[in-house]
Amino acid sequence: MAEDTRQYTDFYAQAGKLICERSCEVMNAPRAEALRTFSALGFPTKKVERYKYTDVAEDFAPDYGIALTPLEVKNLPYCHRISEAPVDVTPYYNKLADRQDAVVALNTMLSVDALVIYVPRNTKVEHPIQISNVLKGEQDTMVNRRILIILEQCAEADIVITDKAVDQMHFLSNQVVEVFAGDGSHLNLYEVEETHLLCTRYSSVFVQQGRDSHVHHTSFTLFNGHTRNRMDVSLKGEGSGVILNGCVIADKTQHVDNNTLIDHQVGCCQSNELYKYVLDDSSVGAFAGRILVREGAQKTISNETNANLCATSSARMYTQPMLEIYADDVKCSHGSTVGQMNDEALFYMRQRGISEQEARLLLKSAFITEVIETIPLEALRDRLHVLVDKRLRGELSKCEGCKLCK
Amino acid sequence: MEEKNEFVREVAEKKYQYGFTTDVQTEVIDKGLSEDVVRLISQKKGEPDWLLEFRLKAFRYWQTLEAPTWGHLKMPEIDYQDISYYADPTKKSPLGGKEGAIDPELMKTFDKLGIPLEERLALSGTAVDAVMDSVSVKTTFREKLKEKGIIFCSISEAVKEHPELVREYLGSVVPYRDNFFAALNSAVFSDGSFVYIPKGVRCPMELSTYFRINARGTGQFERTLIVCDDDAYVSYLEGCTAPMRDENQLHAAIVEIVVKENAEVKYSTVQNWYPGDSEGKGGVLNLVTKRGHLRGRNSRLSWTQVETGSAITWKYPSCVLSGEGSQAEFYSVAVTNNYQQADTGTKMIHIGKNTKSTIISKGISAGKSQNAYRGLVKVAKTADNARNYSSCDSLLLGSKCGAHTFPYMDVHNNTAVVEHEATTSKISEDQLFYCNQRGINTEEAVSLIVNGYAKEVINKLPMEFAVEAQKLLGVSLEGSVG
Repeated sequence: MAEDTRQYTDFYAQAGKLICERSCEVMNAPRAEALRTFSALGFPTKKVERYKYTDVAEDFAPDYGIALTPLEVKNLPYCHRISEAPVDVTPYYNKLADRQDAVVALNTMLSVDALVIYVPRNTKVEHPIQISNVLKGEQDTMVNRRILIILEQCAEADIVITDKAVDQMHFLSNQVVEVFAGDGSHLNLYEVEETHLLCTRYSSVFVQQGRDSHVHHTSFTLFNGHTRNRMDVSLKGEGSGVILNGCVIADKTQHVDNNTLIDHQVGCCQSNELYKYVLDDSSVGAFAGRILVREGAQKTISNETNANLCATSSARMYTQPMLEIYADDVKCSHGSTVGQMNDEALFYMRQRGISEQEARLLLKSAFITEVIETIPLEALRDRLHVLVDKRLRGELSKCEGCKLCK
Repeated sequence: MEEKNEFVREVAEKKYQYGFTTDVQTEVIDKGLSEDVVRLISQKKGEPDWLLEFRLKAFRYWQTLEAPTWGHLKMPEIDYQDISYYADPTKKSPLGGKEGAIDPELMKTFDKLGIPLEERLALSGTAVDAVMDSVSVKTTFREKLKEKGIIFCSISEAVKEHPELVREYLGSVVPYRDNFFAALNSAVFSDGSFVYIPKGVRCPMELSTYFRINARGTGQFERTLIVCDDDAYVSYLEGCTAPMRDENQLHAAIVEIVVKENAEVKYSTVQNWYPGDSEGKGGVLNLVTKRGHLRGRNSRLSWTQVETGSAITWKYPSCVLSGEGSQAEFYSVAVTNNYQQADTGTKMIHIGKNTKSTIISKGISAGKSQNAYRGLVKVAKTADNARNYSSCDSLLLGSKCGAHTFPYMDVHNNTAVVEHEATTSKISEDQLFYCNQRGINTEEAVSLIVNGYAKEVINKLPMEFAVEAQKLLGVSLEGSVG
């Protein structure tokens, strides 16, 4: 067994019983298998194609205290602790997540509680649901989050997940989200990360879509330390569509790795992907997007774009847009660019009395705006414009002091 | 059943017109690979000690490696002990025939392939090095080229006649530690061409090498080395065919190109190894390492390839752009039909300032074939103002085939501009309908559209090759429509 996984297996050997006691049957059932997978595989090395750009073992190496506190969910419509879920979650929990991924297995092994968002048939959730993950603590902490989103037939919901860190400690969050979008359902899922340089985030989101369902996922990495987002979408019903958008603003020593897979299993589906990165200082960005069109998935339309702006000579960008196509009647394309700011545009603004700094800022902001404008939720759009502007001006590196930590 | 198979074979044979074998006495060493075999090859070629040492180092390193599995290929298990590593069809006549005389059977073979070895018959303006199995049969126009100081001969001769040049450059672009197949080739390489263009010389004719596998149970491990000195220019062509066999034959070559200041090299390949029959049996496994090093300022290198043959193609002609202002191009058309598999593309490594590279790749898949583009564009920290443009298009003919694109871009410099775009689609119904309406049948229409689609690349080929390549495209896709 590899040395780097030992601290976690040892911890589980000691605390496994406690974890099981605090948790519930449906979550305890897959733990043994997860432990086996995790011990057998070890943390993925850079030789594993999907983890090529991130050193997982290094991120998990520090000695974190592991949080084992159950959730408190009070009177929130549609949101439940897994033990209090209104439906039997056995057919859903850990069914979609990649069980051969050590990072996911570690989450399955150590999660104490899970949040279930359940929207019944033909129900439209009026107001967006916001989940705020606030990292607080006196010592370096690791948290394992688990979210299960179930949208039944023709249900509709907007969900916003935000990550914040209050204390200047090292935090490691390992999150697994499973989304079941039933036939004809509509889901808008937004993730906004604004933590600090000491935070490491691993997120694995798995989506399964039924017939004529639509999922729109947007991920914003505004401020972070090390982030690795995995996003797997399987389109299982004809006529379904998915939009995956993302934007990353990184500077200092930040590291952001987005890895997506859209699996067109049946025909007549559409997918659209747009990821934009602005990299400053010594930050590192990575994007790998794989579109898989299976045999027989005819009439697929798929589009993938990744555009990146490197502002300094020490910023690095790795990009890898992939198409893997086994059906002939398809229209698929991908485009990827790495470049810098347009000199002519800068010159134009300078001529009109805009300072160089301001001009650069305007260009970056305009570059990111393309992603923000795709968001249907107006309030969030406005908020993001403000946040991005602040972020680019370097005002977001400290905690804003929202209600939660006052 | 028997009859049906016969029919299938007939149809297949019609399509691959180079599938004949030449009945010529060939000296083949025993199958198997060991240090003794490496020594034997070296001894047969009468090589100096330093080269034997190079081979042995490569062989020992190769033994520590495992075959790569990252390609998007279903590779049959290759038994490296079941291959003969040296086959010589140019046996000397025991009756003491004229020195340097070539077996008339061999002459006939190359005539049949359209590569006449008699200079008076040759296409004007092309000098040929003809290689069959492990040995170079003849190099034409050597004298004429010598007048200009150009060296064009087989690598075995170069080792004897110009050891200082070979020693300086061999393995300097593709070291034996590069990869599994490069290590294997470095250990057992047989023949290939050596080209040296001295300073300031523009090579007056196209140089070309024709590779032919003939003997059964052998592999071909050719090695080509091209050195283009300051301000020189050369255009080099490569063609290849093999007989039809139901066994897989291995072809693991290395091509190294060194381009110095202000020099330009054009390297074109029309690859037409036997692709296997329509049921995917047999065919050549084409596992090749090709790389050019643009060492000098403003040097230029362009790779053009038309890949229609081989059961499996694993090939990434690459460029290392270290000279300031150097430019590299990669143009490729890869056609796969039936059960062929191709995983091909390029690597552009930008190291010098103001370097520029262009990648145009066109994939065409038909039948049950898999066709993948895999490419890397890397911009090092030192490569200020590097520029890359890549465009990869795939065309799908048939619902059972696959087309894949795996581009990698690593950018470590903020002044670089790297662009990549790719599309995958099938032939537009509108275009087909338009052709049909005008009395062009579907098969011809497809061929017409495919030719138009590949034109951007074919236009880059020298004229004689372009005509050949265009015909080949049509033939390769025969039977894939309808």
